[in-house]
Amino acid sequence: MADGGDRPLLRVRGLTKRYGLRLGCLDVGFDLWPGEVLGLVGESGSGKTTVLNCLSGRIGATAGVAEYGMGDGTVVDVLRLAEPARRRLFRVEWGIVYQNPRDGLRMGVSAGANVGERLMAVGARHYGRIRGEATDWLRQVEIAPDRIDDLPETFSGGMLQRLQIARNLVTRPRLVLMDEPTGGLDMSVQARLLDLLRGLVADLGLAAIIVTHDLAVARLLAHRLVVMRAGETVESGLTDQVLDDPQHAYTQLLVSSVLPP
Amino acid sequence: MSHYNFAYLDEQTKRMIRRSLLKAVAIPGYQVPFGSREMPLSYGWGTGGVQVTASVIGPGDVLKVIDQGADDTTNAVSIRRFFERTTGVRTTSRTDEATLIQSRHRIPETPLAAGQILVLQVPIPEPLRWLEPREAETRTMHALEEYGVMHVRLYEDITRHGKVAQTYEYPVIVNGRYLMRPSPIPKFDNPKLDRNPALLLFGAGREKRIYAVPPHTSVRSLDFEDHPFEIERWDRACALCGATEAFLDEIITDDKGGRVFVCSDTDFCSHRRSRGVERGV
Amino acid sequence: MSDRAAIEVRDLEKTFTLHVQGGVRLPVLRRVSLAVCPGECVVLTDPSGSGKSTLLRAVYGNYVAQAGRILVRHGARMVDIAGAEPRLVLEVRRQSLGYVSQFLRVIPRVPAVDVVAEPLRSLGTPRAEAVERARRMLERLGIPERLWSLSPVTFSGGEQQRVNIARVFAVDYPILLLDEPTASLDSASRVAVVELIREARRRGAAILGTVHDADIRAAVATRVLTLASAEAA
Repeated sequence: MADGGDRPLLRVRGLTKRYGLRLGCLDVGFDLWPGEVLGLVGESGSGKTTVLNCLSGRIGATAGVAEYGMGDGTVVDVLRLAEPARRRLFRVEWGIVYQNPRDGLRMGVSAGANVGERLMAVGARHYGRIRGEATDWLRQVEIAPDRIDDLPETFSGGMLQRLQIARNLVTRPRLVLMDEPTGGLDMSVQARLLDLLRGLVADLGLAAIIVTHDLAVARLLAHRLVVMRAGETVESGLTDQVLDDPQHAYTQLLVSSVLPP
Repeated sequence: MSHYNFAYLDEQTKRMIRRSLLKAVAIPGYQVPFGSREMPLSYGWGTGGVQVTASVIGPGDVLKVIDQGADDTTNAVSIRRFFERTTGVRTTSRTDEATLIQSRHRIPETPLAAGQILVLQVPIPEPLRWLEPREAETRTMHALEEYGVMHVRLYEDITRHGKVAQTYEYPVIVNGRYLMRPSPIPKFDNPKLDRNPALLLFGAGREKRIYAVPPHTSVRSLDFEDHPFEIERWDRACALCGATEAFLDEIITDDKGGRVFVCSDTDFCSHRRSRGVERGV
Repeated sequence: MSDRAAIEVRDLEKTFTLHVQGGVRLPVLRRVSLAVCPGECVVLTDPSGSGKSTLLRAVYGNYVAQAGRILVRHGARMVDIAGAEPRLVLEVRRQSLGYVSQFLRVIPRVPAVDVVAEPLRSLGTPRAEAVERARRMLERLGIPERLWSLSPVTFSGGEQQRVNIARVFAVDYPILLLDEPTASLDSASRVAVVELIREARRRGAAILGTVHDADIRAAVATRVLTLASAEAA
C-alpha cells in the first residue's frame, strides 16, 4: 500500500441523504488515501449503497462534503461538481463498477469497443493503438484476447464483470467505486474475480471504495472497514480488527452471523 | 396564386423559421428546434427543406431543385412546381445560375459561390440517435461535447468490415465543435461541405430541427489516424460526358446485365457535354 | 545493539464485551506492562486461556485495547498502536512488525511461493528476488518443491503453519510476535524454526511470543515471563 503523503485522496464529511422523513444515510465521514481500499459493509438498508450513489452523483446528497484531490493538485467537492466536470471526472480519474455488469457496459458493441471507449472519449484517434491497449487490458483481466471482437452478450457473468473492470481501468483511474462487485456470481467465479481485484489494486495502486454485504469479500479486499446500519456508521477501523474484535453490538452480531466456511 | 401567401407560409411562420435559421447560423452545426408546420407534402418528402426554402426565398431569387442530383425526378419536379406556383420566381436547372438550391441527397458537382444558398433535406438530424434514444441525453452529450461514442461506432465498423462502412450521412465535426449529420449525401460530397463559400442550411420537418453551416466554416469528417477518411472512387468515367471526378450513378440498361455509369448531377453532365467535352478527353 | 525497548506495553487493559450474549464482560488483560528490547526473546508461559494470544494480537493491532499504551518501534520513532490510525498500523505491520498467528488465512488461488513472497513485494522487493527468497525459506522449512506452486488451501495444518512462518521470516522484521510457532510441527520442522528464531535474535530483532513446549522455550527464550507477573497489583 503506497503512502500518499499528507493529504487523503478523498475526504468525506457529514454525508447525509434524506428522502423526506426517511433517512438514506446520516453524517457519514471517512478519509480515503491513495492505494487504500475501504469497505462499506452492512446489510440491506444500511445506507452503504446510498453513500456510493451520492459519491457517484447518481443521487444528490442532502448535506455533506466529499473533497477529492485531483491529479493536477486542485481539490473539488464531488457532491457539488457541475455536470461537465463530473462526467470528465468519471471518464478519467474515477471509475465505477456496478453490481450488474450490464449497467456498466454497452452490450451492443464489441468487447474491444467497450474497453476502448474511454480512450476514444478522451481523444485517442489511432485505431491500431486503441485496439492494442484494449487487448492488453483484456489480458490483464484474464479474458482471452481473441474475444476482443465478440459482443458482450456472448460472455458469462464473471467475464462480463471482468470486462466492466477493464473498461474502467483503461484510463488508469485513481479511485474506483465498486458496488457488490461479486454479487450474483458463482462462488468459484467470485473467488477468481476477488483475486483479480486484489492483484489489480496492489499493482495499480488503486484507491477503492467497495460496498458489500459479504464480510469475506471485505476481509479479502479492504484495508479498512466502515460498518453501517440504518443509515449510520456504527464502527470503523482496520479490517482485521473490526472483523476479529468487533466492539459495537451490531458489528458483533454481523460477524457472528457469518456461517463458517 | 393570389389566395396563397408568398411562398405558401404565413409571415409569422417565416419569421419564426428565419429566427431559427439565424440561431443556427450563429452556432454552426447546432440543431435548433423550430415549429415545423404541416406542409402539402408528406413527412419524409422534404417538408423541412421546403419550409427553409419558403422562409428565405424572395422574388428576385432563382431556384434550382434537385433530387439525387437530378432536376427531372418526380420529387424535384413537384417541389419546383410548388415554388413556381406560390412565388412565381424564376427556376433553373443550371447550378451556376441559381441563387437558391434545394437538394435531396446530393451536393452539386459544380462548385458553389458566395451568395448562393444550398438547402438540404434531412430525415434524422441527430447523429447520436443510433446510440441514445433519449433526446434529453443527446442534447446533454452535445452540450458537453461527449462525442467519444461516435468513434466507437467507427471502431466497430473497422472491426467488422475492415473499414468504416458508413458511405452516406457520414458524421462530421462542424467548426471544431458540434457533431453533425450532413443529411444523406454520399460521403463523396462531404469534402464539399468544408469551407464552402455558400451558405448551407439543413431542415428536418418531421423531427422539427434546423441547422446550418455558414460560409467558409470548417467541416471535418470523423476518422482514425490510421484509417483516414476517404471518398468513393470509380474506375471508369461517365458514359455521357467522360467526367472522372464526379459521383456516378449505375444505370441498368437491359436485362442481360448491361449497365452504364453516368453522372448523378444531371446539370453538371449536360453542361460538360454542351461545352463539347467528349468522353475520354 | 540499542538498549531502548522495541516493544513497550504500559498498563494495557483488554476486556471483551459480548453484546450478543447479553453484554457479558470478560476482562482478559488487567493493566499489563512489559518491555522487549532488540536481541531479546521474551516468552510468556501462562496456562492457555490466560490471554497470551490476546496480548500478541493487541500488540499487532488486531485487537482493540480498552486502556493503556502499546508502544512499538517503527524506524526512529515509537508508535502507540493502541491509538494509531489504521493507515499507520498497516505501515508498522508492513515494515516493522511480523506476526506468526496460529492461523494462516488462505486465499484460494494464490500459490504458496507467492503467499510467502507477498510481504517482501509490498516492501518494494523486485519480484524475482522476492520469489527466490521465498523459495529458500520454504526449502528451509521442509516444504517440498512440488508444493510451491500450489495454493496452501490443500496443505495439512503443519504445512500451512510452515508457510505462515516462512512468510514472516522471509522479511527481516525488527520486531516479531510469535504465537505458538511450533504448535503443529514435527521435530525436524521445529528444529528449523528454532534456528530461525535464534538467527532473528542474533540480528537484533525483538521477539515476543508464546511457546508451550518447555524444551523449545529453553532453546529460544532470553527471558521468560507470565502475564500475572506483568499485571499491575
